[in-house]
Amino acid sequence: MAVITYRQALHDTLRSELIRDPNVFLMGEEIGVFEGSYKITAGLLTEFGPERVRDTPIAEEGFVGAAIGAAMLGLRPVVEIMTINFSILAMDQIVNHAAKIHAMFGGQSRVPMVIRTPGGGGQQLAATHSQNIEVWYAHVPGLKVVVPATPADAKGLLAASIRDDDPVMFIENLALYNTKGEVPDGEYVTEIGKAAVMKEGTDITLVSYSRMAAVALDVAKRLEDDEGVSAEVVDLRSLRPLDRDTIINSVKKTGKAVVLEEDWLSYGVGAEIAATIQEGAFDYLDAPVRRVAAAEVPLPYAKPLELAALPDATALVKVIHETLDATRFRG
Amino acid sequence: MPPAQKKSAAPAKKTSAAKPSSGFGGESPEQLRAYYREMQLIRRFEERSAEMYQRAKIGGYCHLNLGEEATVVGLMSAMAPRDYLFTTYREHGYAIARGIEPGRVMAELFGRTTGVSKGWGGSMHLFDVDARLLGGYGIVGGQIPPATGAALAIAYRGPGGPETEAVVCQLGDATTNIGAWHESLNLAAIWKLPIVYVVINNRLGMGTPVEKAAGEPDLYKRGCAYRIPGVRVDGNDPIACRDAMKEALRLAREERQPSILEAVSWRLRGHSVVDPAKYRTKEEVQRLHDLDPLTAYRKKLVDTGAADMAQLAAIDDEVEAQVNAVVEFADNSPHPTPDQLFAHAYATPVANAPRELPGDPLLRA
Repeated sequence: MAVITYRQALHDTLRSELIRDPNVFLMGEEIGVFEGSYKITAGLLTEFGPERVRDTPIAEEGFVGAAIGAAMLGLRPVVEIMTINFSILAMDQIVNHAAKIHAMFGGQSRVPMVIRTPGGGGQQLAATHSQNIEVWYAHVPGLKVVVPATPADAKGLLAASIRDDDPVMFIENLALYNTKGEVPDGEYVTEIGKAAVMKEGTDITLVSYSRMAAVALDVAKRLEDDEGVSAEVVDLRSLRPLDRDTIINSVKKTGKAVVLEEDWLSYGVGAEIAATIQEGAFDYLDAPVRRVAAAEVPLPYAKPLELAALPDATALVKVIHETLDATRFRG
Repeated sequence: MPPAQKKSAAPAKKTSAAKPSSGFGGESPEQLRAYYREMQLIRRFEERSAEMYQRAKIGGYCHLNLGEEATVVGLMSAMAPRDYLFTTYREHGYAIARGIEPGRVMAELFGRTTGVSKGWGGSMHLFDVDARLLGGYGIVGGQIPPATGAALAIAYRGPGGPETEAVVCQLGDATTNIGAWHESLNLAAIWKLPIVYVVINNRLGMGTPVEKAAGEPDLYKRGCAYRIPGVRVDGNDPIACRDAMKEALRLAREERQPSILEAVSWRLRGHSVVDPAKYRTKEEVQRLHDLDPLTAYRKKLVDTGAADMAQLAAIDDEVEAQVNAVVEFADNSPHPTPDQLFAHAYATPVANAPRELPGDPLLRA
């Protein structure tokens, strides 16, 4: 077990999967000579050559669609889209094609491909480069959408995604690339479709994913140390399929839930979680399910505005306190 | 609407000057009659499809190859079984000419389990992995990037050569204006992919003439920005289509040179079976009658002595019986049952995959 960054975990997994399976190849903008906008693919062109680490022109619809066709013929393309914002240009190929081809043709063709792409705000990249639109993809049957929060899951879920026979949206987060954590050595594959309980607790359930799961975990640890509040943290890890049972089981234990999500509030991931909880644990709830999400504006550039718009630990702590107060909780 | 511009830069046709009974286009009378049979089969299949649509046996959208029969048969006869075809939503004839049992095609239109896509796709989404028909696609232009990626997979696996695989990607005239095509042309050019982009120019994108939709209405030239060569052929001439396709496939296989093949024909009816095509003038409709590829081909067969009227009548009778059997097969095939609804949700089992029907509780007991 080594402590490495999320970036390193992704890089090492891409490398080991390229070694393991000759049908695996990478494609995307600037992933070769430039080594990737976020350097995930550093050194891979030199090691594997331009056929397997394929630079593409700026043509998201074209190269994402090309990955679909290559996958239909049995290859396992791993596509990097520079940021999730640009995946919108490939929406027709992802939603109308990658997600549909297996079912629409009666199960005759598999589409074993991965689209890796980072979302996330907070880097002063302004409105078009800071979005969290993973829920758009999570809405679509036929896709799998995974959202690793830790270096270990970055490794385990990426390996699982590359070996999966369905199209997987593998959503990273710009602010996670430099985070560190323990990652198991050697072969390590994490099952898609299962949430993780990052920290057990008895007083309140915090449901989150991706970067916000890391924030939720920090908050939970702090509340435990400072206030004696025992928060359980559920990291969804996969938005589609969604592991509803793990969420429900946690809320049945704690009776209270707060969702922390970086996407916009209305119609966001938290709305689905809240609906799940009210249907699955209605009689166990001691307070309304609350959501801490991004303010519903195109994200501004100026730092004070950006900070005001994004959910953070402070907002989460406030909502946790309000939820606990609503039930006259004594820590 | 201008008449067919037949400025084909296609390979020289071996237009035979030999005595009539030896056929033409370098083909024996038997082969030429086989082409006729195939064209007639598609014609009658499509006419019966329209009828079945009117009788509500077929739902959704239904686009017919009427007027395109010569193009279909010519192009498909040039492809090898190892080649892959990505096509559009106007693809019934291509599926048949690709060798798929017509009954399975009609059954798909009927939405039955015996259909090529097991009732999941319908008219616009025919697929058969064995025939390497990798899909009819309902989204205009949607098939083009995946087809280009299939060619990438072929290139990934090895160098070109006469026996290698190639991809044929079809698109309609109006699709030449879509970004997905241009992105794909660029990829095919820089990566030297074994692919032929076949533009079916039937003069109309739904109701819009090519000249009103395309800045360069000579569609075979639209690859010039990517240094991709193109040729135009008379889509009413199956031999010309076949020969042009053979050369395009040779380029793809041996030189890994992508190219464009534009086949010009006339859509004899509306955009889909429910379109009365009121945008067409009476003169145009009359002229369409004269531009029917089957009428022309039949005449050519007789004029050259490759077939006589009795032989053609016998073929027509045979086709009629076959199409009757095709419809009967489709009609007698089972409908899929609701318990199959999630059968193809994912390729392999995945934890927590949703299986709720409308009104089901969210959480399984």
